[in-house]
Amino acid sequence: MKLYLWLALFAIGSFAVLLSAPLIGPTLVPIDAILNPVPDDPAAMIFWEIRLPRACLAWIAGAGLAAAGMTFQAMFRNSLATPFTLGVSSGASFGAAVGVRLGLGTAILGISGVTAGAMAGALLAITIVYGLTRLRKNCSTGVMLLAGVAVNFFFSSLILLVQYTADFYDTFRILRWLMGGLQLVGFDSPLQVLPFVVAGSILLAAMVGELNLLTVGEELASSRGVSVGRIKTLLFFATSAMVGVIVSICGPVGFVGLMCPHICRLIVGLDHRRLLPATLLFGGAFLVACDTVARTAFAPTELPVGIFTSFLGGPFFLWLLLRPAGKGTLSV
Amino acid sequence: MIETALVIESLSCSIGGKEILRDISARIGVGETWSVIGANGAGKSTLLKCLMRIHTGWTGSAQLLGRDLASYSQRELARRIAYVPQPGGDQRFQFTVREFVRMGRYAYSGPFGTAHPGDSDAIDSALKRSDVEVFADRTLGTLSGGERQKVFIAAALAQGSEILLLDEPTAFLDYRHQAEVADILQSINRESNGTIVTVTHDVNAALATGGHVLALRDGAVAWTGTTDDLVCEETLGRIFGATFRFIDDPVTGLRLVAPQGAAR
Repeated sequence: MKLYLWLALFAIGSFAVLLSAPLIGPTLVPIDAILNPVPDDPAAMIFWEIRLPRACLAWIAGAGLAAAGMTFQAMFRNSLATPFTLGVSSGASFGAAVGVRLGLGTAILGISGVTAGAMAGALLAITIVYGLTRLRKNCSTGVMLLAGVAVNFFFSSLILLVQYTADFYDTFRILRWLMGGLQLVGFDSPLQVLPFVVAGSILLAAMVGELNLLTVGEELASSRGVSVGRIKTLLFFATSAMVGVIVSICGPVGFVGLMCPHICRLIVGLDHRRLLPATLLFGGAFLVACDTVARTAFAPTELPVGIFTSFLGGPFFLWLLLRPAGKGTLSV
Repeated sequence: MIETALVIESLSCSIGGKEILRDISARIGVGETWSVIGANGAGKSTLLKCLMRIHTGWTGSAQLLGRDLASYSQRELARRIAYVPQPGGDQRFQFTVREFVRMGRYAYSGPFGTAHPGDSDAIDSALKRSDVEVFADRTLGTLSGGERQKVFIAAALAQGSEILLLDEPTAFLDYRHQAEVADILQSINRESNGTIVTVTHDVNAALATGGHVLALRDGAVAWTGTTDDLVCEETLGRIFGATFRFIDDPVTGLRLVAPQGAAR
């Protein structure tokens, strides 16, 4: 019962952050302007057309990245497995950069060439990194991280190649977007990301039992009745679609998938029936909060949110790597 | 009435290009107790993993309760066979004992991880039969090796399967926990007519368990029979490549095996 209380608190807190963040900024929007709207009020326009869409995009992206991180951590049985550290974000970035370079911006059925490229890149990267870790019988943290570093290097060099062959304008666009930013106007971008994150989350929710068993090991999971191969393929597709679409819109925002699932595991435990909703809610609020800091700390300059999350995530990563194992650790 | 739990016919298995099992055949009846013995690397663990379909690339055929093993889905398989892995691996998860045992009910769960009506009874009875109720709310990481092994058996029992496969269940355990695990397995066999297949390299453990023996050497069947016939210097020498001496226990009347050294 106490856990459902926790989840209720997570939900209330998460939506409170989502709705209050757009009030904050160089121009403070008074709550009154939202509750009692006056026609053509500039404060209300800032709220509805600029800041709320941006907060929504941050929330959806944060939720998706955190859930993807949680899934990788279950599959690799390692708290340091995330879309960013495994090079999946790099793969998605490469796919998206190719899309930008080839001018595939136009959308077919709601998916632009850039987004499709990012999804394919993410899937390619996770397949490579998983294959690399499977070459060793006992996959240690070191092997996994090195495989991630190798995949990161590989795709970074490919991104440089794409940039090198691109013209000045495209190079600048790719560079800015690689910093991870949420600059946008209107609800187009949030609506583009939403269906994939919703679909991915539903797929993950359908596999919470499998995620629990994968956490304790693939051999034990099969002996309990999990069709491990099929489930892993589904999880790879679900996470690649989420990470791909998020990266193609927001850039490779790092470390959300590292910090959020870990903090949630400390609070609600390892059972994915509780961990998944907690991670989605926390991840969403976390990125909204980070973005609010990023766009107000050096106002009127708006920092790309990716710079801020990496600033937090680097030390967090080191702490996770160096600290002795304890509560919330996947396995010792 | 099905009388054979498992019929294995010329099972062969290669992993990474290396042949681990070669032409294994065996017939395991319902309610029987089997010990799979052999030296390290003889393929004992691999045989269990092939039957549990953890390894899938094997050839040959197997009938499980009168039906081709290949026709079972992994979920159906898990309702018939439960598996207890070799202890000593990375098994110190931060799940509580109850959470971990509940995961044994996966094969009965509905979509989105919803519970089956029989779950809580099966979990409670499994915790009770393995005598781990007292630490049901502790995390696996805080238990001793012996306690953890009983929890793994409880999780396998929660699966509600007729056949139990165990890989070296008493290796690394102290004498008290060895005896407790042996008692739990005996009661499963006696009270619910469970079929038990245990992999062990300890001949004395196999002799104490009694029942049937499947001996492997270098991936092939070296000998098969009952434990009564196993106590023979020539047979054991052939299985293990070592020489043995026998001691009669004056209290139980059982024969004990004492290894003498490598065969020359």
